[in-house]
Amino acid sequence: MHELSIAMSIVELAGEEAERRGAQVNAVHLKLGAMSGVVKEALLSCYEMACASTSLEGSSLIVEDVPVVIFCSPCQARRTLNSVQLFCCPECGTPSNRIVQGKELEVVALEIQECAPSPV
Amino acid sequence: MRPEPRLIEVRKNVLKRNDVVALGLRDRFRAAGVFVVSLVSSPGSGKTAFLEKTLTFLRAKYRVAALVGDLATENDALRLARSQVPVKQITTGTLCHLEAAMVQAALDDWDLSQLDFLFIENVGNLVCPSSYDLGEDLRVVLLSVTEGEDKPLKYPTIFNSADVAIVTKVDLGVAVEFDWEAAYRNIQSVRPGMQVLKVSAKTGEGLGAYFDFLAARLIELHQAASI
Repeated sequence: MHELSIAMSIVELAGEEAERRGAQVNAVHLKLGAMSGVVKEALLSCYEMACASTSLEGSSLIVEDVPVVIFCSPCQARRTLNSVQLFCCPECGTPSNRIVQGKELEVVALEIQECAPSPV
Repeated sequence: MRPEPRLIEVRKNVLKRNDVVALGLRDRFRAAGVFVVSLVSSPGSGKTAFLEKTLTFLRAKYRVAALVGDLATENDALRLARSQVPVKQITTGTLCHLEAAMVQAALDDWDLSQLDFLFIENVGNLVCPSSYDLGEDLRVVLLSVTEGEDKPLKYPTIFNSADVAIVTKVDLGVAVEFDWEAAYRNIQSVRPGMQVLKVSAKTGEGLGAYFDFLAARLIELHQAASI
């Protein structure tokens, strides 16, 4: 269970970015690959915990699941795997370990609310 | 009036901090000419016994050392110390995996140029270690015959992240009716083309082939460095 430390890294990263822009984070958009080694449900439940008493308290985590895509040499094409238990081309059946997508663990966007300028 | 919320693009790898440290370690290993092997497996797969045999054998010809990760005890380090090579324990507390920064801290006062092989035994866990690069040259995943043939299908991510699979405790294979063909097929299914070795730390079966494999990789490393 390493999802809590991952969640804390996400909160830290998003917090720094928001602070630089003088903004409040409403939501964090995350790309999560099927081969990232991170369990989405565990990450979501840890996120709230990680946000507690930080500038991100009350924000939400929006996860985009990224399937595994391999490159198939005989087909000369990128193919989405049907299962992470079977690394072969779903069209021609040739095994391939040339992973082109599916390991992502990446904050891609932040939904922010700029803090209102203080009245002078 | 508060401004409307808006979406800004960020694109930041969450594990970047670990990856940066791992990259630094890899550079340091390259400069020192040491070949670094990490071992991952579930608890009880025989990592420590296998590593003890490895250290004892290799030290006759090579300069070897080991780092060993464990949640709470120093038992593994004490066992490995019997091989009479430098061994350092990394106690992770409640953390279920090693991170590059822990390896970096443990190696702080080591002169790596005095080593040919460095082994890093990760915490027994088939989930969490897969996400963390430790700067190693070779990641070995162990699968003991007593765990069953379908482990690779249950934990595809860590098997896919490894470079070599080693089936351990093969001396018990008959007793537990281990289906070697099925295990091999399952490993290839989650990691096509992966080399698979069979060993028994107890009887010594297959260890020679593994040591030859490591020696060949060290030569490759030195050849690559001299080009």
